[in-house]
Amino acid sequence: MVEFEVAEAAVQAALDAGAQYADARVMRRRYESMAASNGDIDALTQDDSVGLGVRALVGSGWGFHAVPELSDRAARDAGRQAARTAVASGLVPGPPVELVPAAPVVASWSSPCEVDPLGVSLTTKGDLLVAATRTMVEHGADLAEGLYQIWDTTKWFVSSEGHRIDQHIRECGGGISATSIGDGETQRRSWPSYRGQYGTTGWELVDSLDLTGHAGRIAEESRALLTAPLCPTGETDLILGGEQLALQIHESVGHAIELDRILGWEAAFAGTSWLDLAQLGELRYGSELMNITIDPTIPGALGSFGYDDEGSPAVKRDAVRAGRWVGVLAGRDSGAVAGLDYGGSVRADGWARLPMVRMTNVGLEPGPHTLEEIIAATDNGVLMDINRSWSIDDKRLNFQFGCEIGWEIRNGRRGRMLRNPTYTGIGPQFWRSMDMLSSEIVPWGTPNCGKGQPGQVGHTGHPAAPARFRNVRVGVRA
Amino acid sequence: MTVERDVASQVVELVARLAGPGPQAEVLVTRAELALTRFANSAIHQNVAETQVEVRLRVHVAGRTAAGSANVTTADGLRALVERVLAAARVGPLDPAWPGLTPATPMADSPQWDTATGYAGPDDRATLVRAFVDAAGGLTTAGYCRTALRATGFANSAGHAVQGYAAEAAMDGIARAGGADGVARQCVDRLADLDGAELGRRAAAKARAAADPVELAPGRYPVVLEPAAVADLLHNLAWYGFNGKRYAERQSFVEPGVAQFDRAVTLVDDPLAGIGLPFDLEGTPARALTLVDAGTTTAVVHDRRSAAEWGVESTGHAWIDSATAGPMPRNLRLVSSGTAGRAPATGGPARGPVAGGVDPLAGAVTDADTAALVSRMERGLLVSDLWYTRVLEPKSLVITGLTRNGVWLVEQGQVTRAVRDLRFTESYPRALGPGAVREVGRRAFRQPDRHDGAWWEAPSLRLAAWNFTGGASG
Repeated sequence: MVEFEVAEAAVQAALDAGAQYADARVMRRRYESMAASNGDIDALTQDDSVGLGVRALVGSGWGFHAVPELSDRAARDAGRQAARTAVASGLVPGPPVELVPAAPVVASWSSPCEVDPLGVSLTTKGDLLVAATRTMVEHGADLAEGLYQIWDTTKWFVSSEGHRIDQHIRECGGGISATSIGDGETQRRSWPSYRGQYGTTGWELVDSLDLTGHAGRIAEESRALLTAPLCPTGETDLILGGEQLALQIHESVGHAIELDRILGWEAAFAGTSWLDLAQLGELRYGSELMNITIDPTIPGALGSFGYDDEGSPAVKRDAVRAGRWVGVLAGRDSGAVAGLDYGGSVRADGWARLPMVRMTNVGLEPGPHTLEEIIAATDNGVLMDINRSWSIDDKRLNFQFGCEIGWEIRNGRRGRMLRNPTYTGIGPQFWRSMDMLSSEIVPWGTPNCGKGQPGQVGHTGHPAAPARFRNVRVGVRA
Repeated sequence: MTVERDVASQVVELVARLAGPGPQAEVLVTRAELALTRFANSAIHQNVAETQVEVRLRVHVAGRTAAGSANVTTADGLRALVERVLAAARVGPLDPAWPGLTPATPMADSPQWDTATGYAGPDDRATLVRAFVDAAGGLTTAGYCRTALRATGFANSAGHAVQGYAAEAAMDGIARAGGADGVARQCVDRLADLDGAELGRRAAAKARAAADPVELAPGRYPVVLEPAAVADLLHNLAWYGFNGKRYAERQSFVEPGVAQFDRAVTLVDDPLAGIGLPFDLEGTPARALTLVDAGTTTAVVHDRRSAAEWGVESTGHAWIDSATAGPMPRNLRLVSSGTAGRAPATGGPARGPVAGGVDPLAGAVTDADTAALVSRMERGLLVSDLWYTRVLEPKSLVITGLTRNGVWLVEQGQVTRAVRDLRFTESYPRALGPGAVREVGRRAFRQPDRHDGAWWEAPSLRLAAWNFTGGASG
């Protein structure tokens, strides 16, 4: 296959230029999205990008070079340039670089897909968004928006250690939002979440969301929120819906267990982590109900793959077991620095980007309850769901989230709708307060995780279910 | 050189050849040389360079619109792109709001760009990083140095064809002292204008001054926001306020003609103040646009679609996602009103003499302009930087976020203590509202955005109040 030959030429050129290790990825990504508002299509975009990215290690320095051309000459030039850049890194050298040992893999992998999302006609997809947004307008939304996105990625990976892996990953998803505009404020309701639900699946995922069936309800809720009472201010028991808990996991667990952050590699931008490697295996992260796994093997979840972008096979690992911190998201170089025997969580956003530590599917294992049981067991609290805003400090401790909708919980029953619900806390204190967890797990997909310089957008999955947290500060306002 | 414009024109001709004269077509061709040298723990750990080529085509045919891009520029590759986008447009949904193409428009030549910046090599960037690290005096450092060159050609079937260039260099780094960080950032047109050593010294001085912070009770405090923090205000005002689409949707706080800001506030989007692209994605010429004049809101920005909705002209703010996210300013300047004045001639920090040797807080303020503002704050906080700011309520632009890279308590015009980071929840328009801006600094600093081509330029600001809603402990 010509793509493997191109990648091999790049790797060989890097080795010839002095690299002790090199790898290369040829990637082709086709992207399609359509956005609609108030019954009209706003944008239809189809992008197609192909190129080669080469990574070379010379001494203790890494270099990466990417080109949009797949000729043998361009590949060899890119390999040499990657090595040259690695040499320049030696002007400000770090400690020697080692890689977690990995057996060479020759393999092929594809994500599951029942209905090729690029094969569904544009008319069908457009009609869905038009119908859903029209329905929201008919039910009172001032601004009704719908969106779907599709990524179809093929990549060919080669390393100087003998890896030769090709993968075909199809991802898609979509969602709708209704916004009602009042005097000095807006209220938004989304289904199934803002910008939608995503997975490594075919169009069957979008079909399963029943966007049109939920359109009227969320429009009416957005209108009703304009006159709903404000979320109370103070400390109370907090029940989070699964979608919001997915983002809570993403921000306050997923990023915190990224080994590059823990090692200070992201200190200037994404930040560091409150976690100290010396406490791995010992630190109490949360309550006994907290079991979080790193699992890129979940069929259809957005963070799933066969092999990461260093050629490590997808493996399920524990991150938090019965509340105790036991695992990290690592790459082969960061894993070696930390004295670990695994990597497996390195990915790149396209051929022009350097592979780096990224979340895969980081999420909760099921608890013993249901949402209705949690509500029934709560005398006084607030239920919040569907994320509206998120903010967390650079050590992943101090967070504040806003949700689209809240409900008062009184004497075991769901009461009045509440507007502008927010909550704030400190990560480990918050997770230690989780005393009820539902079994109703959904693998929520987050297609917009930003990290890295130059910026990379990661696609991550977060299995989550409703849960209760005790004595949480809610209702923070300007 | 008009290579990119010529390719764009070829694609326009190809559309006409394959589909006849009916379709309206516009094409943007970009070739980019982007490189970024990243360091952490005082060593270069990520060092990347890329060549990007993109041909972006949008067609409107029989009332329907589609867009697409490709990066294969062979004859076969371009033909495949045209056929794909035409096919999508023919079967796509109707687009009744199509605004038409930009007519042939005279345009000024692109400003001269610096080849040493556009084609800088990894050694050039590593040398600047070396200087930053060395100047930090043994503190742990982290950050990046980047260079960017974009050559862009545009053509459409209305006969408009232009070529332009954009180039910049930026450096952004922190120094770390005992758990406290100090930051220094700079965005310039020429790599030679970056001073890695000066940035490293400044970051190190601030890190040392930020060490041993105390926790302060949340509440409303007067503040001096340094340029890095003000950049966040400008960014959020641009995205959520002066965005023509959000304004049309009534999701923006903006009310043209109304005195929504303090008289000290003048905001100008000025894409040609740097070596920026002289036109937007639709070929509309870029120009300086005053958005707030002495406190009165005067304009929002438009692409052709949002402009058509309001019956006005595009202001040249189309970008790749403007159809969905809306057109927005990307080169916003807060213009100094010159009210700061009276800066200490030495440029030193606003501190009195300290008995017993070196003043550990001396580096909290690293420029005379900010020192002047601090010296006139009776009690409040000096804030270097803001982090992870997110919108809680878009219409009033209530935002939550945190301080980062240094906060200090100021008493009687003196920096007295380093303070631990605080969470805030604040309406940005309210914080800059009439009577809320005590002083605007004299000297503006250009702060790099996360994406090359965008930047935010501001002096330090002294505000009457900022609403801190949580401490480091929650």
